[in-house]
Amino acid sequence: MAKCTAVSRTEQLRVVGRRLPRHDAWDKAQARTLYAADWQMPGMLHGAVLRSPYPSARITRIDTTRGAGLPGVAAVLTAREVPHNTLWTDVPGQTSAVGPLRAHLQVLAEDRVRYQGEPVALVAAQTPEIAAQALELIEVAYEEQPGVFDPEEALRPGAPPVHEEGNLLARWQVRCGDVDAALARAHVVVEHTYRCHFIDHAYLEPEAGVAWVDADGVIVIRASTQVIEHFRDVAEVLGLPHNKVRMIGPYVGGGFGGKEDVTVEVFLGLLAWRTRRPVRMVWSRQESLLARPKRHPFILRYRTGAERDGTLVAQKVELLADSGAYAFLSALVLMYATVTAAGPYRAPHVAVDARVAYTNNPPTSAMRGFGAMQMVLGYESQMDQVARRLDLDPVELRVRNGLRKGDRLPIRQELDTYVAVAEAAQRAWGTLGPRRAPSTPHHRVGRGLACNLQPYGRIVWLHDWASAWVGFETDGSVVIRTGVPDVGGGQASSLCQIAAEVLGVEPDRVSIHIADSALTPLAGTTTATRQLYMSGNAVLHAATQLRRQILDVAAQMLEIPADRVDLQESSAVAPDGRRVSLVQLMRECTRLGVSRSYLGVYRAPAGDPVDLERGGGRVFPDYTFGAHAVEVEVDSETGAVTVLRHVACHDVGRAINPQSVEGQIQGGAVMGLGYGLMEEVVVDRGVNLSTSLAAYLIPTSLDVPDVEPVIIQSGEGKGPFGARGIGEPPIGPPAAAIANAIEDAIGVRITELPITPERVARALGLVTNG
Amino acid sequence: MTELSIVFTLNGERREIRAPAHHTLLHVLRDGLGAVEVKEGCGEGVCGTCTVLLDGEPVSSCLVLAGRVAGRDVTTIRGLGNGETLHPLQEEFVAHGGAQCGFCTPGMILTAYAFLREHPHPTRADIRRAIAGNLCRCTGYTKIIDAIAAAADRETRPRG
Repeated sequence: MAKCTAVSRTEQLRVVGRRLPRHDAWDKAQARTLYAADWQMPGMLHGAVLRSPYPSARITRIDTTRGAGLPGVAAVLTAREVPHNTLWTDVPGQTSAVGPLRAHLQVLAEDRVRYQGEPVALVAAQTPEIAAQALELIEVAYEEQPGVFDPEEALRPGAPPVHEEGNLLARWQVRCGDVDAALARAHVVVEHTYRCHFIDHAYLEPEAGVAWVDADGVIVIRASTQVIEHFRDVAEVLGLPHNKVRMIGPYVGGGFGGKEDVTVEVFLGLLAWRTRRPVRMVWSRQESLLARPKRHPFILRYRTGAERDGTLVAQKVELLADSGAYAFLSALVLMYATVTAAGPYRAPHVAVDARVAYTNNPPTSAMRGFGAMQMVLGYESQMDQVARRLDLDPVELRVRNGLRKGDRLPIRQELDTYVAVAEAAQRAWGTLGPRRAPSTPHHRVGRGLACNLQPYGRIVWLHDWASAWVGFETDGSVVIRTGVPDVGGGQASSLCQIAAEVLGVEPDRVSIHIADSALTPLAGTTTATRQLYMSGNAVLHAATQLRRQILDVAAQMLEIPADRVDLQESSAVAPDGRRVSLVQLMRECTRLGVSRSYLGVYRAPAGDPVDLERGGGRVFPDYTFGAHAVEVEVDSETGAVTVLRHVACHDVGRAINPQSVEGQIQGGAVMGLGYGLMEEVVVDRGVNLSTSLAAYLIPTSLDVPDVEPVIIQSGEGKGPFGARGIGEPPIGPPAAAIANAIEDAIGVRITELPITPERVARALGLVTNG
Repeated sequence: MTELSIVFTLNGERREIRAPAHHTLLHVLRDGLGAVEVKEGCGEGVCGTCTVLLDGEPVSSCLVLAGRVAGRDVTTIRGLGNGETLHPLQEEFVAHGGAQCGFCTPGMILTAYAFLREHPHPTRADIRRAIAGNLCRCTGYTKIIDAIAAAADRETRPRG
């Protein structure tokens, strides 16, 4: 059994590691948290978006006269009224074929629409009803064009081009060893094609925001977002200096990557700037499901070769993803897929060929797991089939091949922290306990395991950084200011715990101000499982420096060396028990002119762009490893699958707040179960058929079991106190674990998601028609 | 557009509003009365986010026309507790981490409140069934169920 590195500082920690209610829990339990749509301003207008009903069409005419003339309408905007009608996605560091200058989209459609729901015009009106009526009065003449709705078709010669430059958006390749020769020599080769599908983030809070032009001429946008740095996008579109736009990020009612790209921000900026009045825009659930980017569907072709004893020798992977009509973050999503496609296993010979194509489907972009999670279905289905072919125990196969510290990924990045693959597989599997008996003679019980790796932190050549200001008030209370959007993962609360730990105060003595691009030091995006890693390190650094500053003063007051003074219970304490309160200490700092605050900047270890095809190297700061084990019951007459038990084990390095860690693991695992079993955005020739929560089904409390978290604390993460990120990782394994458990139960392999009763019934031969 | 004059009780206080006949209770509460503690998740009665109590029974306020509440009692989450202290359900949601993003929380707590009043000794499976109409996308439900079970224990456990 792999050994977990002991954490030496555990006993000394007073606040970090405690199961504490988050600082925002009381407000949320009383519904005092003011989300984006809850904000109201005097004289506020209501914004609305006119969207294309066609997935592929030319716009021959737009006449806004009747809409603009409706009483109560303050503004109607089309592309002509948008100063700079292009939004750019940054795709830096590409080494394979990526069209960097093609990663853009039009704010409002000019003469061409490429997906159903593409924005065409904006309205601001006195009431939402008037705005809706005005949308209906805008006349748009469309001329339907041929479209392409499948990524394989999109890449065939003669396919209708979604963009002028052709339908191949990006390509990544990894080459390690000689994969074809290794496959030819392998004792067993397993070959399968897997397919996964469009899904939606489906957070409970639809996109919303309010914008106004402040007294100083600055546009203020208070919107539900994971990225307050979008103030720059708004400024670029309006042609304003960046310092004339301010983004405020209220607590977010769920993000999961869906509020990483711009949603309402630019529209609100345009309408508020044009009308010089406050404007609110709240998307309906239907609009949210229709118009916003989805998770990438992938076609995954795997050939896996192994020796007779189960040692993996080769992984050959071909990937094709559907970007929908625009690039958004597709090139980066594809890179995450490429880097992780061989799984958390040692294989000397690896080849990955990944492509992503434009279609006239809904656009796809960031969603929790970001390309890496789709790969788990591929590599973990393959592992189980290798085990089956060789008659090996599936846990033993993973332990034998699992990556270890010091190993290199196929991209040749060395893993320089503890790698928990083997330990997680064994602990997750071991926690399942005795196998349950089937509930009826026609039910079958089966078990499945799936491991995964997920990067945390951004690509190293993005030179990521985060800043945080930490200070004492004169009464000894602590203030943190940092531009972190809190999307419900406890991002802000963990920072309070870290500051409280370092500064020797109880967490309730810490106040935190987050996510204001004008007033809080910027901390970067709440994406990529990076906030605890990045802003946690920034707060740790700031608090540590602040502690040093004030300890020097405390040392003078206590007349002992600074390294013998501790901060605890809001006092500076000498080893002999003498103490000065923080109030006294702050008074002395003021008298001496010693600063009571510190602005900390954390810069992630940076690297140069690597060429994945030739040489490779470090791409991500580090990875989080884990394994899920499930027990399912399959109804052999209907194909219905019930998850009886679900154990989710991850190495989080250090649980800053174990309760928050468990919540992330349980929530992520259930989202992964939804992905595996029931969720699907059904798209029929570019038309989205899943635009209501009655059609797009996410798990209810009756669809899932209690997920049992098993937390490994190796202490070897690169975040504060040895923490690793845990936001994205838990969504990866469930779908593959379920597929593996189903084969264990009924002997059929499901290779396409979601694993609906119908799909299982077909695999069992119960359904043959249609 | 026909406007209705509607008198009803909101969290124990008499309220009188005028609203077009097609406006929903959700619309009137949020935009008319500023009761933004009621959240909108889907607008079509699927997600349970906008749950309020109508004469003590949980309803999706997006499906109730405002005119239907004339003369009746509407309770939002602000009607639980006494304004100073938290209701035991709220305390247990805090203690167990039942609120993550917090957006489903008001509706979830109101559904649980009505349920526990009728079923003071629920099993875990009972609680799962009771909240099946309230979607949560963050927690995986376990910590919500933990919180509701703990609140039920508190209500039924002898004090002291």
